[in-house]
Amino acid sequence: MQHIISILLENEAGALSRVAGLFSARAYNIESLTVAPTEDPLVSRMTIVTSGSADVIEQITKQLNKLIEVVKVVDLCEAGHLARELMLIKVKATGAARDEMKRMADIFRGRIVDVTDAIYVIELTGDGAKLDAFIEAIDASLILETVRTGVCGIARGERVLRV
Amino acid sequence: MELTGAEIVVQSLAAEGVEFVFGYPGGSVLHIYDELFKQDKVKHVLVRHEQGAAHAADGYSRASRKVGVCLVTSGPGVTNAVTGIATAYMDSIPMIIITGQVPTHAIGLDAFQEVDTVGITRPCVKHNFLVKDVRDLAVTMKKAFHIATTGRPGPVLVDIPKDVTADRCEFVYPERVEIRTYQPVVRGHSGQIRKALELLLEAKRPMIYTGGGIVLADASNELTRLVHKLGFPCTNTLMGLGGFPGTDPQFVGMLGMHGTYEANMAMQHCDVLLAIGARFDDRVIGDPRDFARFSRRIIHIDVDPSSISKRVRVDVPIVGDVREVLLELTAQLEAHAGAVDKPALDAWWTQINEWRGRDCLRYDRAATIIKPQFVVEKLWEVTGGDAIVTSDVGQHQMWAAQFYKFDKPRRWINSGGLGTMGFGLPSAMGAFMANPEATVACVTGEASIQMCIQELSTCKQYHLPIKIINLNNRYMGMVRQWQEFFHGNRYAESYMDALPDFVRLAEAYGHVGLRIENPSDVEPALREAFARRDQLVFLDFLTDATENVYPMVAGGKGLTDMILAEDL
Repeated sequence: MQHIISILLENEAGALSRVAGLFSARAYNIESLTVAPTEDPLVSRMTIVTSGSADVIEQITKQLNKLIEVVKVVDLCEAGHLARELMLIKVKATGAARDEMKRMADIFRGRIVDVTDAIYVIELTGDGAKLDAFIEAIDASLILETVRTGVCGIARGERVLRV
Repeated sequence: MELTGAEIVVQSLAAEGVEFVFGYPGGSVLHIYDELFKQDKVKHVLVRHEQGAAHAADGYSRASRKVGVCLVTSGPGVTNAVTGIATAYMDSIPMIIITGQVPTHAIGLDAFQEVDTVGITRPCVKHNFLVKDVRDLAVTMKKAFHIATTGRPGPVLVDIPKDVTADRCEFVYPERVEIRTYQPVVRGHSGQIRKALELLLEAKRPMIYTGGGIVLADASNELTRLVHKLGFPCTNTLMGLGGFPGTDPQFVGMLGMHGTYEANMAMQHCDVLLAIGARFDDRVIGDPRDFARFSRRIIHIDVDPSSISKRVRVDVPIVGDVREVLLELTAQLEAHAGAVDKPALDAWWTQINEWRGRDCLRYDRAATIIKPQFVVEKLWEVTGGDAIVTSDVGQHQMWAAQFYKFDKPRRWINSGGLGTMGFGLPSAMGAFMANPEATVACVTGEASIQMCIQELSTCKQYHLPIKIINLNNRYMGMVRQWQEFFHGNRYAESYMDALPDFVRLAEAYGHVGLRIENPSDVEPALREAFARRDQLVFLDFLTDATENVYPMVAGGKGLTDMILAEDL
């Protein structure tokens, strides 16, 4: 089962490789990983999407907590949460496909952020399934390039992850 | 006062009360060596290979309550030490490794003797640091000692570029450090401890299983007291030997792959299992699915939450320092109105004694060729059971664990987790330096001893009167045993051809060598060796090459699926 693990960690050189190393050393899977500083520049927030049995996820969170730089770890999937991902997708936009592409971007609430006479770059946010759906919905032969940030997540309601 | 980085390193070690640094000089640590040279608080022990430095610091730590320190240069100095660092990591040994690094401006440019030390060692240290600014050095040293010695202990590495050891700054050694992200739990949860006690008092067939955590937490007195109060059987893991007295009637021997019949049977057939400072590893419980087939309720006390429910689901987890938890558990037991179920316990002991009756460690005492078990038994007698015994890895290690009955902790020093051949001699050096009054023996084999044989030279330089008990069967015995059992007697590359003459080798290093070929000479030779209080004696026992370690649970098998000597 898929899990979204949120981590607060000291914003120090090497912290990211400790987390990544922990996963690779134990053959745990990382589906996506995002990291950036929080409002406190000394602290980074990392979101890792991984999958595994309950036992594996328990070990992952315990092992993450053991890392010296890690402040807090929470599995967002334990309760209500929001997960969002950003995608930039560069597509061919010529002839009849140009209007169709604009319509699809509108339907998915995407924004065209770069335009040439032959190309659109579309910015799209949403959960992973929505981004997947957009890719499915357009003609695959028109896709030139896709780049996705990976998931970042936050708990719904009163639940707060901070130092 | 302004000091150089090198002075800060040495002053920090002195402030931590470090007596010995085990190391080997090289380009990037020359400033540090220069400062060591100028003072006499911190003594340096020059090994002959960096693996020896790490093992010696490790043995020093295991044999005392102090932190072993090792100092090596960049590049090959570090890579040579990695085996020793990984050995300490697997057995949770508090240790500091100081490594030189190329100057900061040369990092990443493939400089001479450059390796990514922090990267290479990351998976085998509790934590590591690269100090890029001399102003961070003192606090990093303090943090390193704090992290190494608290919580679940482990090795911590501090990598220092050469220019940082020459840079100067104000030096104040911090009294203490706060690391907001690192707050190990010390006291156990009282409610959980109460639950554990209720389970123990309900038990009909209780069992206590303890590991290296008891030794590391200096909790053997507390454990012994509790076990005696409860009257339950107790087993120790390979790492836990000496945590509970080996000659105590309640001790059922070591458990696991080469554990006793009674210990393994009791592990499987108990109804309540109290596990303390142990981690249910593959050499201890065999196949976890088979282990789980037997229903029992498990209480697990450990300082490391990630050790709990890792391989085996437990019913009552208690996270905390095992000594603190044992103290509280005993206090609650004393205050409790209830008592153990005596009739059930008596019946359980009857069963255990029946298992004991199998006499699973028996061997041929009438043999005309030296049996390795006999050597260890005699070693135990001659040293009054009170030596510090280090070992390498293989059959000799198992026989030492089975036949030397350790009554005290920190007397049995071996590489349990990583299984590092070459550990025995250098760790014996460290153990002796920590306990210069003690009798130190290294039980080894002709294959293992050759992996760090160069340290015989270190032993000569520092007058370390270690007694080397070489159980020489001309084979990598444990490899040979597996080949006999599981590979159709095809002894691929396990025969040790072209062995040196160990007696003359010992003499070449300036020590005493003895060769023993007959069972009747074993005890006199041991007595002679231990009478030489001031000399290293290398005892080369020519032992039975066909002898196997029994009982044996094959890899991946269930704990009660034991091969016994009598089966063959």
